[in-house]
Amino acid sequence: MEVSITVNGTAHSGDVEPRTLLVHYLREELGLTGSHVGCESGYCGACTVIVDGKPVKSCSMLTVQADGADVRTIESLASNGDLHPVQEGFWERHGLQCGYCTPGMIMSSVALLEANDSPTEGEIRHELEGNLCRCTGYHNIVKSVEYAAATMRGEEPEPADWGTEV
Amino acid sequence: MSTTSVLGGTVRRKEDPALIRGEGLYVDDIKLFGELAAAFVRSPFAHARINSIDTAAALAVAGVHAVYTADDVRELGPLLAQVPVGTLRPLLADGEVNHAGEAVAMVIADDRYSAQDGVDAVSVDYDPLEAVVDLKDAASDRVLVHEGVSNTLLAWQGHAWWPGVVELPDPRPGIEEAKERDDVVVVSQEMVNQRLIPTAIEPRAVLAEWNGGYGAFTMYSSSQIPHAVAGAIGKYFGLPSNKVRVVAPEVGGGFGCKLNLYNDEVLVAFASRKLGKPVRFTETRREAATSTIQGRGWVATATITGTRDGEILGYELDALCDMGAYSQNFTVAVPLLGLFVASGQYKIPTWVQLGCVVTNLQTTDAYRGAGRPEAAYYLERIIDMYAREIGMNPAEVRKKNYWAPEEFPATTAVGLTMDSGRYEDSMNALLEFSGYDSLVAQRDAARSEGRLVGLGLSSYVEVCGFGPSALAGLGFSWSEYGLPSSFNGSGLVRVNPDGSCTVSIGTGPSGQGHQTAWSQIVADGLGIELDNINVVHGDSAESPMGVGSFGSRSISVDGAATYEATAKVKDKAAEIAGHLLEAAPEDIRFEDGAAHVAGSPDRSLSWPEIATAAYQPHTLPEGMEGGLEAHAIFSPGNASWPFGSHLAMVEVDQDTGDVDIVGYWGMDDCGKVINPMIVDGQLHGGIVQGIGQAMFEEAVYDEAGNLLTASMIDYPVPTAGDVPSFNLARTVTPNDTNPLGVKGIGEAGTIATAQTIVNAVVDALESAGVTHVDMPLRPKKVWQALQDARG
Repeated sequence: MEVSITVNGTAHSGDVEPRTLLVHYLREELGLTGSHVGCESGYCGACTVIVDGKPVKSCSMLTVQADGADVRTIESLASNGDLHPVQEGFWERHGLQCGYCTPGMIMSSVALLEANDSPTEGEIRHELEGNLCRCTGYHNIVKSVEYAAATMRGEEPEPADWGTEV
Repeated sequence: MSTTSVLGGTVRRKEDPALIRGEGLYVDDIKLFGELAAAFVRSPFAHARINSIDTAAALAVAGVHAVYTADDVRELGPLLAQVPVGTLRPLLADGEVNHAGEAVAMVIADDRYSAQDGVDAVSVDYDPLEAVVDLKDAASDRVLVHEGVSNTLLAWQGHAWWPGVVELPDPRPGIEEAKERDDVVVVSQEMVNQRLIPTAIEPRAVLAEWNGGYGAFTMYSSSQIPHAVAGAIGKYFGLPSNKVRVVAPEVGGGFGCKLNLYNDEVLVAFASRKLGKPVRFTETRREAATSTIQGRGWVATATITGTRDGEILGYELDALCDMGAYSQNFTVAVPLLGLFVASGQYKIPTWVQLGCVVTNLQTTDAYRGAGRPEAAYYLERIIDMYAREIGMNPAEVRKKNYWAPEEFPATTAVGLTMDSGRYEDSMNALLEFSGYDSLVAQRDAARSEGRLVGLGLSSYVEVCGFGPSALAGLGFSWSEYGLPSSFNGSGLVRVNPDGSCTVSIGTGPSGQGHQTAWSQIVADGLGIELDNINVVHGDSAESPMGVGSFGSRSISVDGAATYEATAKVKDKAAEIAGHLLEAAPEDIRFEDGAAHVAGSPDRSLSWPEIATAAYQPHTLPEGMEGGLEAHAIFSPGNASWPFGSHLAMVEVDQDTGDVDIVGYWGMDDCGKVINPMIVDGQLHGGIVQGIGQAMFEEAVYDEAGNLLTASMIDYPVPTAGDVPSFNLARTVTPNDTNPLGVKGIGEAGTIATAQTIVNAVVDALESAGVTHVDMPLRPKKVWQALQDARG
């Protein structure tokens, strides 16, 4: 089937097999391998991208369903070499370990902060429930999003607090 | 106290810029020209005979190149194992299947979609047999998993686990005698430590390419042990190790489930060699549940005999440990790691028996903690029950039985030597750090309002950093994979002519930050900037020797090797700089990216100048060999023994049984710290895996051996909303078994946590009369326990 999709600001059109998942289209056709496949069931969130402003699990969407849509992936975030504040936050606050869930986690966090610039810890935890991380225990992911929220508001982030030696 | 020096300071991770941009390369991000895809026909039965396999229809599917069965691969032999005790897994089921999800046939096709079409077209005729699912039923040998072989492979006994080396007196007569005393109570409980699915977020993936012209394999695998995979592939195909290169690129989480050689790795190599094209296999999430190893799976009775004033006179642990259908890498040795720490932080007579029993379920192997979380769970649960029985504070009971600092080095109840420990200090530090007395007051105030609030304490000692080469003599040898028969670590440090530094190590990360931590070690030694150091890891062709990343061993073994190699490079660089600056080598100081003469700061050479000189013989001291690199192999004389105590506060909703973790505190001792940020991150993740076991996760099988929790919806790993933030602090007791004074931190959080949570929940339910609830403490189970206790 013929589809036309804007991905990271570039218009793409072409013929895809109807059963092709959006994540496979992004990875295999466009070479955007930042979106990862973790469960193929819409649960882990490693494949999260932003479709028309909303976070979407791209393993649970067919490419043909994205016809006409505007899709943003992890590869779109840094501009001219400058990291997005959410990427900075994850780096500064150790919001990732193995990195496999990270692109999806960051995209969900971007969508969260675009909708709410001052989320509470509870709101961050609730909004990220659709993105599983097996490495970080989420503690530093919350800190990363808080760091990003502060810098996006033009405020100084809270200082880091790594375990105290007694 | 925080330090700012490069070794011991928090520095941002060097691996992160690629990962946060989505530019990290995992196996599925690497493409080879002309590659084909593999998919597997898997058994729907837990136990069955295979009468016939019809592949004709599959071969007719568009895009399918080949279908392989046991007939094609039988001559390769079974899947190799580090500890080959028990029945090894055939590469493809050969006449019978012994667990649901066992690979029966492999389809090779143009792509993943057509390979799956081919799988759907293979027809297998099975005769189902009765499956053995229940562990006690299996131990009775009522039905045998493998014909003619008892389901019990062996039983590890704590006082005599190493024939000829550790043969201690049986402690039971003494414990039995103590039970007769009037001032003694005996507290006993059977508890389940359930089966778990490791659930790395990256499914396992492997890509193999045979190049007939070079007569060599190149493989990319999501593995914790690329050297072992390379050694094994060499053995299967009769190739020397320099003709097999296995690369573990970015690995998306391991937790032990990528610490096995897998049949799919051997089979894609086989297919690539047959077909002359690269072949890839990436498991589905369902396959990650049914066909990648699982963990835990113990049913045990723990018993404490002790006085009414808190002196423990005996601890007994009698366990059945579920091995699953086949022995893989480390399967039968996982319980042994539990045995090593069975008596925890306590100087108590201990009798342990761990029966290794096969079932018609997926194989178990090392999952984060591997035996040690099980051991800590049983001991710390039964100590809490004992404290409750005698009406003593759980912290005080523990303190009364700890090893004292002056008793180290201490020989444990199973004959191992712990180098150091400050257990009471650690517990006291935790109580102060958490404000324990105030928490007790809060709990009691809440209870007086009728709320179910509880506090749970626990202590652990971990054995890690494997380790002593002597253990290889026990049958832990890596020689089955064609590697040296030990747990050595390896570090190769090379300063390149441009002054940059390449470090190659025998272990690789699956998220633990090796790139950063090893750069810190080398930067501290040489004074080269962190960003000018590149750590090459997880590549069997780049590092001369390596056994991989597991058992919280990388930093204390390969890290120590790298430290020693760095020192050798530094010595040589000092000689070269001294020669060129006309100073004695011992007067050369390395800092700020250059070598300086002590007392004459203007006389200096940059690293590019030293390195360039090192690679051109005419600028070297006479007789010195050219080049600027060194390699070191390190083998510690002992394992390392991290320890700590944790505390949780929970509230149980009595209407729903829902458990809320109100607060969580950890006091851990992993020796000297290379990077506090990374250490905290390891603990956070470990703690949440412990919470996952305590509250959510369980591999559930039906009576026929079907896995009912093979999706992430049915197997709920914790989400961000399920867990709190954590309060962590640490004591630092250096370890003298390696020059860095480090111990290991990858598994401590998981070892510490499950019993901490369960102790807290049972404390909350105390007023209702609940004394124990088996994990996972999901709301329905907690609610039911409340109803049962209240009658």
